[in-house]
Amino acid sequence: MSERSPSLLVALLRHRLAWPLITLALLLIVNTVFNSSFLHIEWRDGHLYGSLIDILNRAAPLVLVSLGMTLVIATRGIDISVGAMVAIAAAVAAWLIGGSVSGTESRFPLPVAILGAIGVALLCGLWNGVLVAKVGMQPIIATLILMVAGRGIAQLITDGQIITIYYTPYFFMGGGYLAGLPFSLFVVAVVFAVLYLAITRTALGLFIQAVGINPTAARVAGVQAGRLIVAAYVFCGVCAGIAGLLISSNVKSADGNNAGQLLELDAILAVTLGGTALTGGRFSLVGSVIGALIIQTLTYAIYSLGVPPEINLVVKAVVVFIVMLLQSPEFRAQVGALARRPGAGALQ
Amino acid sequence: MSAVPKTAGFSSVSHPAPPTTNARARFNTKYLPLAATISLFVAMATLGSVLYTGFFSAQVFLNLLIDNAFLIIVAVGMTFVILSGGIDLSVGSVVALTTMVLAALVEHRGWNPLAAIPLVLLMGTAFGAFMGFLIERFRLQPFIVTLAGMFLARGLCYLISIDSISITHEGYSELAQWRLPLWEGASLSLGALIAIAVLLVALFVAHCTPFGRSVYAVGGSEHSAVLMGLPVRRTLIGVYTLSGFCSALAGVVFTFYMLSGYGLHAVGMELDAIAAVVIGGTLLTGGVGYVAGTLFGVLMLGVIQTLISFDGTLSSWWTRIVVGVLLFAFCLLQRLLSRRSGKAR
Repeated sequence: MSERSPSLLVALLRHRLAWPLITLALLLIVNTVFNSSFLHIEWRDGHLYGSLIDILNRAAPLVLVSLGMTLVIATRGIDISVGAMVAIAAAVAAWLIGGSVSGTESRFPLPVAILGAIGVALLCGLWNGVLVAKVGMQPIIATLILMVAGRGIAQLITDGQIITIYYTPYFFMGGGYLAGLPFSLFVVAVVFAVLYLAITRTALGLFIQAVGINPTAARVAGVQAGRLIVAAYVFCGVCAGIAGLLISSNVKSADGNNAGQLLELDAILAVTLGGTALTGGRFSLVGSVIGALIIQTLTYAIYSLGVPPEINLVVKAVVVFIVMLLQSPEFRAQVGALARRPGAGALQ
Repeated sequence: MSAVPKTAGFSSVSHPAPPTTNARARFNTKYLPLAATISLFVAMATLGSVLYTGFFSAQVFLNLLIDNAFLIIVAVGMTFVILSGGIDLSVGSVVALTTMVLAALVEHRGWNPLAAIPLVLLMGTAFGAFMGFLIERFRLQPFIVTLAGMFLARGLCYLISIDSISITHEGYSELAQWRLPLWEGASLSLGALIAIAVLLVALFVAHCTPFGRSVYAVGGSEHSAVLMGLPVRRTLIGVYTLSGFCSALAGVVFTFYMLSGYGLHAVGMELDAIAAVVIGGTLLTGGVGYVAGTLFGVLMLGVIQTLISFDGTLSSWWTRIVVGVLLFAFCLLQRLLSRRSGKAR
């Protein structure tokens, strides 16, 4: 990596978003090759219709959770309780709406249900944040507590049942369309825009990076690391809460046991794919969005190629292994040494 | 990989268990979580015996061993990993993969279980060794490597079959039914005996062998371990190999228990195992902990389940909530202890 090449291509490849984008593009090409109507988008039933729209819609909860996870990982943390928080938020929303079959009644008004679910998720995030920043637990363990107990709490709320939601207005969030596009995309866009502005227009992004790179140095420099870390976990909780609303609204039910299952792993994978190192510090919000899209496109490709969907996990595992190795400086150094020996600097 | 900066260090006290001059205070701090676990276990067992008739019998307590044999084995492997400062999230899926391969070999391929069992044990060991190699060689985070291992093992299960494969091999079910009769009609299953054997071997390995001492040393400070000339590489790969072997063995015991192979077996077992290790008094930062504590951690989880099933009015999800609360209490205890020993400096 010591040799410098001035060419534009190399400079582009060095950009941190280059590899995620190339991966995404490759996946899209694979999809297009095997399914010629993949890129086709048409206007049907008053909204846009097509595979790409479908992928975007389905990726929405994952994108949200990945955004929250990015901030947490940037502060050197990890939040493995997001799946459980999704389940809790969905359960709270379903309970507040109630099981009335008529489709027009809800136990509490819709805004109360939405705010209630997000509020509970916020409290969960606050709990994680306080455990990590104030009590000083390792993030993985602090969030493990909620991961274990959270599904129990969600099942407690739903009484161990899968609550079916009949209240029609609730379905708009995860299944409705606004201006021809899925409404969930607007939710994601708003969250992303707010976060992006907060990160780039204020010193917040800088502070988070500072905490992630060296917490002690950041504290000495006057950054209130504790508060920042709590805020990151709270934000992650809120994102998981909104994702829970989208998911439960899309499937019209709340399942305390299975909602958001393995979502934490997908989110971590998305963040990693997006180029954010798990060791904290440098992070990329756009990268995480692309990472989430890669995962959803990959899932879509596996389904559309006719490969048994069970192979999905194996493919994901292989992808994680490859990305991990590529991110490892030791691996790069060794491969680099191997590649340099025959005189070809093909890699890197 | 404990070379990664320990993330607990946001507060002013970062690294627990610094050397203290007062040997007595150190002794107390060291054994307090273990003592707390054992007394809580005794308290819960007493509570159950007082509240519910039929709770206080030898078989109820032996059932704790029988029903949690696989968890004990997995948690023992996990103890070594956590002692070395790492974590292994793949154990549950390796258990599932083992049951799956074993069932497929015995049922579909007509293998003799005596040939299939060593093969799956070898497979689990190799799987663990591979992850350990990646973690050690490329300085990857154990969390993410074993996470990928978790995906991989579960995925491989589904590649073999999506459905559950029940084991109908006669000798196998005889083995599963076999009981070692003890006093007053109480008995132990083969799985429980294996678990006890694993526990005894693990106690020996942890406290009486160079490998065990290296694990503690690496977990305490990998840097110091390197400077002391300890075989850090071998130790790190070793703990994950050991955990892989334990998971595979637990998978075999699991098939004795369930008589089937299924890709959805042992979902979330890694969480139970980690919880058991933490409740057993092992510090998650590595270097401090006891295999014996892990046994009590598992027994504690078991006694909670038994209490809830004896009560009858509480739903099963209360188990998770109680385990979460316990986990919280013990993590808090650990933090307070390490904080106090930090101030005692």
